[in-house]
Amino acid sequence: MHESPAVRGRRIKKSFGDVVALDGVDLDVAAGQVHGLVGPNGAGKTTLLGLLLGLAVADGGELEILGTPVGRTLAVPDGVAGFVDGPGLYPSLTARQNLSALASLRGYDAGRGVDDALEQVGLTDVADDRIRGFSLGMRQRLGLAAALLTRPRLLVLDEPANGLDPAGKHHVHRVITGLAADGVAVVLSSHRMDDLAALCSEVTVLATGRVVFSGPVTKLAAESGALDYRLLTSDTAAARRVALDTPGIRVPSGGDRVQRPDADVLVVRGAVPAVEELVVRLVRAEVAVRELAPVVAPLEAAFLALTGAVPTDEEVS
Amino acid sequence: MTTTVTPPAVEARPAPVLRGYRFELVKLLSQWRIRVLLLACWIAPAGFVAAVSLQSVLPADTVFGRWMHATGWAGSLVVLDFSRSWALPLLTALVAGDVFAAEDRLGTWRHLLVAVRSPRRIFVSKGLASLTVLLLLVAGLAGSSIAGGLAAVGNHPLVGLDGHLLAPADAAGTVLLSWACVLAPTLAFAAIGLLGSVALGRSTMGLLMPALLAFALQLAQLLPLPVAVRLALPSHAFLAWRGLFTGPAQTGPLFIGLAVSLAWAVVATVAAYHLFLRRDFTDLTYDGSGRRVLVAGALPLAALVLLTFAVVTATTPAKGSGIERAKVEGSLATAYAHLYRMQTRELHRPDVTEAQLRATASCDKGGSRVADQGPGNDWRCVVSWHLPGATAVGTAIYQLDVTADGRYVADGDGPKEVNGYFQVRTSTGDAPNPLWQFDGNVDLLASTSKD
Ligand SMILES: Nc1ncnc2c1ncn2[C@@H]1O[C@H](COP(=O)(O)OP(=O)(O)O)[C@@H](O)[C@H]1O
Ligand SMILES: [Mg+2]
Repeated sequence: MHESPAVRGRRIKKSFGDVVALDGVDLDVAAGQVHGLVGPNGAGKTTLLGLLLGLAVADGGELEILGTPVGRTLAVPDGVAGFVDGPGLYPSLTARQNLSALASLRGYDAGRGVDDALEQVGLTDVADDRIRGFSLGMRQRLGLAAALLTRPRLLVLDEPANGLDPAGKHHVHRVITGLAADGVAVVLSSHRMDDLAALCSEVTVLATGRVVFSGPVTKLAAESGALDYRLLTSDTAAARRVALDTPGIRVPSGGDRVQRPDADVLVVRGAVPAVEELVVRLVRAEVAVRELAPVVAPLEAAFLALTGAVPTDEEVS
Repeated sequence: MTTTVTPPAVEARPAPVLRGYRFELVKLLSQWRIRVLLLACWIAPAGFVAAVSLQSVLPADTVFGRWMHATGWAGSLVVLDFSRSWALPLLTALVAGDVFAAEDRLGTWRHLLVAVRSPRRIFVSKGLASLTVLLLLVAGLAGSSIAGGLAAVGNHPLVGLDGHLLAPADAAGTVLLSWACVLAPTLAFAAIGLLGSVALGRSTMGLLMPALLAFALQLAQLLPLPVAVRLALPSHAFLAWRGLFTGPAQTGPLFIGLAVSLAWAVVATVAAYHLFLRRDFTDLTYDGSGRRVLVAGALPLAALVLLTFAVVTATTPAKGSGIERAKVEGSLATAYAHLYRMQTRELHRPDVTEAQLRATASCDKGGSRVADQGPGNDWRCVVSWHLPGATAVGTAIYQLDVTADGRYVADGDGPKEVNGYFQVRTSTGDAPNPLWQFDGNVDLLASTSKD
């Protein structure tokens, strides 16, 4: 048995004038897979997702979507849904009107489908409000609802986590996992790794138009190498001596007392085996380990290392 | 052996135009700007006509304004004459000038494209939806002004622009026909609005295009341009309906006006269509096609003006300003005869027919040193007529203010008992004197040798 993958891209190139947005990108997404596309701003995520939606055509390479080669603009097959650069809704219409209009344009029966979709993203209560007053997160969810209407086999979402509160995130996660369980392929983008870690089975990390990592999330964590760890012990001074003696462990200068100036926290840097060795030595030296945690999550660290980006909390674009 | 379980994915088909049209209509009608316009067009004219009709001073500067006390049909024509210069171009600007630009501002092009999957169908849907809203607005202006006039004044005969009386049914038909005629230039302006909206991206310049064009054409109408140039401009059809109110109707300028307007509508729409299909929908910062507008939009329209000018010059007797002495004399004598008969009836004198009156006029413009042609307020005419059974010839003097569009106001300059006073004394009280001051319309295209 062979099922054609939802997305199969090879050596995809796309330039805008002098700017090379995608430079030979490969992308494989199987049915039922939630695939994360991560990269700092300007990495080419939106451009790639736009190609999947048929909004633009690649300058070079091959792209097959749901088993169909895509060569022209707007020529992607039925069954692809999603959005890039905001959900593109009409502020003067209500949530329900927005969805009904889309359903009607795509030839789907409005009505029950619309109510269902609103329910799934948790917007039933505001269905008849004009979306002019909606928050960014509510719009993102409504955009997701619009995509659900068409019963897609490939769902493409650009930065869906933007502006979502925890409740909104919960709705979105549930919807996406549900879809994947039903065999829908989902491609999500984010400029932050931690948004996607919980959701995706595979990730593709992009940096300035090139793939720097592609594979299972678990494998990405292994790429992280040496990490900074916060270490809280019963005796900081002793712990510091032990750490300096442990091979493969460094104590960055000024690294202690960074996180909590008032507490006895030591920051150590090292790969996983060296950190394990440090813990063993600390225990032998009768220093109790109260807390040991990476300063930055391993995935995020791997991501930052791969893309050479500086950590940011805010989307800059 | 491998088999494909996934059904071969078919390329998604574009959405039917009717669905796209309905969506565009919903979007337009959900905007408060459009709602306010609709409300205004359906209510304001009725209020305006009713209020003005109940006042003692009438807007006599506007054609038919002086008849607003006499019949409800005059009010609608006053509204029509008001709207043609500003309201209609403005409506087209507000409706059609923004249908494309709105998507740029909202950043919704990509989504609309994914949903409809055909730029062609999006264009057609948007064009049809704006057309529908414009028709609703114009229907509002017409219906509301007619309703206001009929309610405030009543369904009475209307005096035409050559003094002949239109029975209420005729008046109704001709008023409706006039409103239908201005739809053609409205379409032309709407197409310019579409062109602006497509061409100028999300900037609001598109909104201004019809208004700017209207302004430029207004200025042109004021200039003493040759009649062939006048007729080649799309604004002419906004005036040409006046020719429906003379007997026989001045159909030449009207047909040319309609044809020119529709040609403008087609050329501008086609230009907009081509610009639209060539634009880049994926670029969120897209801000219009700039210089390409000149080539795709302005040049064909300029060529159209030249072509119309050449055709009108070659195929019609139009020459110069189209306002010549013989035409003014003929028009004035006809209007005088009709209105004299009306005055006779008001005064309960024995009826006379226009044929019996054998009215003639003799006009001079600006004294002997000035050629007797062209617009100006220095036309001076003497009207002579015969009374049945009397040998003496009656004469009356009129000062004419003729504007470049062929419309004139004849102002009575004596003798006192004929046209010197704005009222006449009748057995039932004072009544307005139809001969004191009246409007006329010279057929700019009629050949001089006809009369
Ligand atoms: N329509 C466009 N015109 C010109 N440059 C573009 C366009 N779209 C994207 N780019 C450029 O391509 C690169 C990738 O952009 P994008 O795909 O939006 O990145 P991301 O979504 O990862 O932040 C950026 O350098 C951006 O400036
Ligand atoms: Mg992006």
